[in-house]
Amino acid sequence: MPWSKIKPDTDELNYCHNGNCGGRQISYAQAVNEGLRQSLTLDERVFVMGQGVDDPSGMFGTTRGLQEEFGKKRVFDTPLAETALTGVANGAAIGGMRPVYFHNRPDFLLLAMDQLVNHASKWHFMFGGAVNVPLVLWACIGRGWGSAAQHSQALQGIFFHVPGLKLLMPSTCYDAKGLLLAAIKDDNPVLILDHRYNFKQKGMVPEDMYTVPIGKGIVRRPGRDVTIVAISHLVADAFMTAEKLAGQGVDVEVIDPRTLRPLDEALILNSVMKTGRLVIADTGWKTGGVTAEIAALVSSKAFRFLKAPIERVACPDLPTPAGYTLEDAYYIGQSDIKHAVMKTIDFER
Amino acid sequence: MQIADNTKILMFYEMKRIRMVQDHIESHYLQDEMKTPVHLCIGQEAVAVGACSALQKTDYISSNHRSHGHYLAKGGNLNNLIAELHCKMTGCSKGYGGSMHIVDTSVGHMGSSSIVGGGIPIGTGLGLAISMKQQNSVSVIFFGDGAADEGVLYESINFAILKKLPVIYILENNQWSVCSHVSSRQAGKNIFHHAPQKLLMTKKIDGNNVLEVYETVSEAVNFARKGYGPSFIECETYRILGHAGCASQDADGYRDLKEADEWKKKCPVNTFQEKLIQGNFLSIEDIENMESRIQAEIEDAFDFAQKSPLPPSHEMTNYLFK
Ligand SMILES: Cc1ncc(C[n+]2csc(CCOP(=O)(O)OP(=O)(O)O)c2C)c(N)n1
Repeated sequence: MPWSKIKPDTDELNYCHNGNCGGRQISYAQAVNEGLRQSLTLDERVFVMGQGVDDPSGMFGTTRGLQEEFGKKRVFDTPLAETALTGVANGAAIGGMRPVYFHNRPDFLLLAMDQLVNHASKWHFMFGGAVNVPLVLWACIGRGWGSAAQHSQALQGIFFHVPGLKLLMPSTCYDAKGLLLAAIKDDNPVLILDHRYNFKQKGMVPEDMYTVPIGKGIVRRPGRDVTIVAISHLVADAFMTAEKLAGQGVDVEVIDPRTLRPLDEALILNSVMKTGRLVIADTGWKTGGVTAEIAALVSSKAFRFLKAPIERVACPDLPTPAGYTLEDAYYIGQSDIKHAVMKTIDFER
Repeated sequence: MQIADNTKILMFYEMKRIRMVQDHIESHYLQDEMKTPVHLCIGQEAVAVGACSALQKTDYISSNHRSHGHYLAKGGNLNNLIAELHCKMTGCSKGYGGSMHIVDTSVGHMGSSSIVGGGIPIGTGLGLAISMKQQNSVSVIFFGDGAADEGVLYESINFAILKKLPVIYILENNQWSVCSHVSSRQAGKNIFHHAPQKLLMTKKIDGNNVLEVYETVSEAVNFARKGYGPSFIECETYRILGHAGCASQDADGYRDLKEADEWKKKCPVNTFQEKLIQGNFLSIEDIENMESRIQAEIEDAFDFAQKSPLPPSHEMTNYLFK
């Protein structure tokens, strides 16, 4: 596919905590695949559904081989009926199963909003805790190659808004597996949004089953001068920017929240209390989105530590254009992050 | 139904043209000049041409990701289509839409959605507008068997029946949704075939037979223009190539290649060509003339697209609001 050419395969960046997890180097897709396989093996209630989970391409490789191994009852293709089948997954979850529903683009989840927002996310609350919906939804954000306005939306801002829904956005192979297993184990509806760019990397992943706690972020690079909170594949961009800026005497701390809801507030606040400067980078839109929420959090809880206004790096408030000159201008990356960091450094009171 | 000779020849020409455009895209796709996914409709030309030949310019169509055929058959501009596949400023969506969002309102093509099923209620709403404005037009919606899985089809048809809307739902059953066969997604005959004809005219036809498509859609158009309401036409056909991109990118191991070979024998373009030659409507020479005319047109269109400018990045915000 020409899509695969938009970013070359790489090894994961050398984050400070890398290499000590006792794992071996595998691809992002293999990490997710292994997590699914292990949970299907461990727990009979787990099943995997989604349009194309049994395709030769296996949902970017994440579901490959699972139907052969676990049979058509536990790993099955679905009609294109996102509203109904989200409701079906809700019902199955309420009835004691652990559905994992895969979509290859988050855009299609908008068809499922009624069952996701009006039902799954409220069910436990609405009945005073009498029932719960242990459901995992997974979708992957595409990008590039003229995918245009309906196939490359980073919709985390919309889902972030919904109480009762846990929202995860991993950025490393280790977290992809660990967070998936945590999501399946969780008794609530959990949405995992992956980024297509993450699939271009290989990283260290333990063979054993393990979970990464939902609600715990991680420092990808410690630093003194500026905090960057970066989401999903932008963690890599933030890290590379930080490494370059280190040569210019700016010491940047990079934080990967990994889960947006619940958000590891303490990790972010502690970092800002140390550095006094904050840049937030998200692949979604700016207005009313993830960067806005994190900025609001910091300005209300760590205001007196701030030495400069909070800078936000996000996609412009526009649908994604198809043409590549427009795409280039639309998407954000290292230079935008660097520019934002320097603005916080250069700010004078 | 008596179909005029020149209508038949025109329909053949249209099908040939769509096929040759698709072939040309296919053979150039891996050069990576078209940086947008393409969904080719090779093998499905008869549905687009048969249906659009029964329409006037003032009738609407709405379609989906696999819409080159619908666009061209409705009279959409070829240069603008090819330019859009190159994401150029001269494209029908000015490079903002790419291959999945094509449009030509001058001929009643009101846009295509890449959300499967997304065009179905929109086409129904175009029918509502026609009916409220008391126009004599119809609205035709093209969608696949995958889209027929979606609940929005039921909701739309119910509403169209309720309001007696001039809408024609054309289900292009090409058997596959990406790599999922229709049998893994639907059980048995489509539910709409059980509707009373008075409420919803329904038919299941050979979608590779352009004359049958033309006749059936013409009947539905008459039905709609008389104010009797919607119809539902299922056209059986086949997607010869893979879901997106070119032949060499089709995933292995989800369909028996013999199946595609069998359908190639039922190729709507070739079988119609045979028929027209046998009936002495066309000679081999006529066909060769057509081919060279079309070939020249296609080369011009690619040339036009390649020479056209890309949209400059500072124009990114141009079309957010009117
Ligand atoms: C709501 C929604 N779900 C899933 C998809 C992914 N998708 C794109 S095209 C396609 C196949 C659609 O099949 P069909 O409607 O039969 O049309 P065909 O491609 O066969 O012409 C799928 C599943 C989508 N675009 N929109």
